[in-house]
Amino acid sequence: MVSSQQFTQRLFTPRFINKVIKFMGICVQDVSKRFGDFQALDRVSVDIESGSLVALLGPSGSGKSTLLRSIAGLESPDSGRISLMGEDATDRSVQDRKIGFVFQHYALFKHMTVRRNIAFGMEIRKMAASRVKARTEELLDLVQLTGMGDRYPSQLSGGQRQRVALARALAVEPKVLLLDEPFGALDARVRKDLRAWLRRLHDEVHVTTVFVTHDQEEAMEVSDRIVVMNKGKVEQIGTPAQVYDHPASAFVMSFIGPVNVLPTSSKIFQESGFDSAHPEMFLRPHDIEIALEAANNTVPARVARLIHLGWEIQAELELEDGQLMIANLTRDRYDRLQLEENQCVYVRPKEAKSFALNYNI
Amino acid sequence: MISNPQQLNKPLNDRNLKKSWVPTILIGITVVYLGLVLYIPAANVFYQAFRLGTGAFFENLTKPEFLSAASLTLMLAVIAVPINTVFGLCAAWALTRNRFWGRSFLLSVIDLPFSISPVVAGLMLVLLYGRLGWFGPWLNSNNIQIIFAFPGMLLATLFVSMPFVVREVIPVLEEAGAEQEEAAATLGASEWQTFWRVTLPNIRWGLLYGVLLTNARAMGEFGAVSVVSGNLSQQTQSLPLFVEEAYKQYQTESAYSAAVLLAFLAVLTLVFKEILERKTK
Repeated sequence: MVSSQQFTQRLFTPRFINKVIKFMGICVQDVSKRFGDFQALDRVSVDIESGSLVALLGPSGSGKSTLLRSIAGLESPDSGRISLMGEDATDRSVQDRKIGFVFQHYALFKHMTVRRNIAFGMEIRKMAASRVKARTEELLDLVQLTGMGDRYPSQLSGGQRQRVALARALAVEPKVLLLDEPFGALDARVRKDLRAWLRRLHDEVHVTTVFVTHDQEEAMEVSDRIVVMNKGKVEQIGTPAQVYDHPASAFVMSFIGPVNVLPTSSKIFQESGFDSAHPEMFLRPHDIEIALEAANNTVPARVARLIHLGWEIQAELELEDGQLMIANLTRDRYDRLQLEENQCVYVRPKEAKSFALNYNI
Repeated sequence: MISNPQQLNKPLNDRNLKKSWVPTILIGITVVYLGLVLYIPAANVFYQAFRLGTGAFFENLTKPEFLSAASLTLMLAVIAVPINTVFGLCAAWALTRNRFWGRSFLLSVIDLPFSISPVVAGLMLVLLYGRLGWFGPWLNSNNIQIIFAFPGMLLATLFVSMPFVVREVIPVLEEAGAEQEEAAATLGASEWQTFWRVTLPNIRWGLLYGVLLTNARAMGEFGAVSVVSGNLSQQTQSLPLFVEEAYKQYQTESAYSAAVLLAFLAVLTLVFKEILERKTK
């Protein structure tokens, strides 16, 4: 006789079970996926808490979309397990996973009106006609498209189409909402509006949400936590502040936010007492202090170029050894210093980091 | 800086003047060519058919030989069109939504009926199913006749009208992409539901266009069918075969009457095709 407990233990490793119980959100364990010669996912493990909004961030080819599609069941991983809301979903079909998916290019049904698009999932799941009707109107209100129900997708703008896609995905009350570069095909202004709107929507609906993006600003603005991916692996998982202030790797540091990379032997680090066993140091542009007078821990630099970005000024500085680096200073500071191009200034790093592994993007 | 706009315009106008002869010449050549090859012969068919008046025309269309040929052609189309529609849909879907070894080879094989001469296609069937063909002895001993009978004509018709639906559906399927189908799946739709509710509505005009072309070819095929039919009047004589036979027997009016009917069907198909092409856009 095999007890049911023994049976489940055969199915899952105890570690996996523990995690499932703890999180009850999305649990991805050791998932790998290959496309021919290309390793899209390499033993990826991610836990996503129930009710949170998480961004999968990385450059193209980092595996973020493949991971999202694997969670959805649109891609079947070569190995590893995926659980949704505490249930192992690895072998379940897309249809049975009860997820909502939003595609980058909306994937609305072209031949159906907005209303029929939203009702599609409910009709498939055999919801009573009266309820379908009521809920469709509710959702139209929710995505701010009241009165547009009889239009066809081709008669809507990009932002409106993406909101229809969201309403359609939410209609079936999914346990998790997955969005694949949802704002990627929209122009900059609409994108910003829709981001803020998605955040508010999530705070209202509270469905566990995962979205893929290659835009670090978007990830920082919208999500509770960011999963930074590179070359099919997870580089770091953390809150936006954690990944920005305490990057786990050179890749994370240079992918999230601007960065100067200088040799550790450079005089600027020797003078200011920053040292590392690794050959390169990473320096954020806003961590560089500029002064007009020399002090005991500063090095001289020439202002090669000044770029006005509105609320801040970007200065291109050339060190004595010919190294170029970028420094950002606020408008206030700039006005006080009255910087000019080709002027000589004295600089000092406030903060610098180094990482064990070589990085490459 | 443009100091004098008129100076700049002058050479442009000169060039336009020289160019304006080219379209005229090209249009002229096209009209003359089409007239000789298409319009005059087609008009002549109608003239010959109605030369002895509409009475004679309709009399020709009530002759048993003609009626038998027309109903045979109709039968061929009624069977071949649905078969090739279903096959075409399946093949187009398999070829666009899957990447597998030998895919491009299959794609070019589907075009074979376009590139092979219809006579050769007919001969291939004879070599397989004829009395001395590969399957001949077995068919003979089981008393199944394919060549010089309806099944052979049907096979020939199926062969020559096979690629149209596939060829028309593949581009529309590719254009529609797989995303809408994936979206339907995430909303809980089974593959069958997805096909009927999402895929088919998306490709319907392209599919209908393919069906029309299939029908036109099935009704109009002469070469391949003539090789395998035996051309027995009132038995294995389809409409195109009837036209040829009547013409050879100096029953010119009869031939032209049937030809008019075939031409009329073709024109009707073209009209539908035009409507569908506009709908697709």
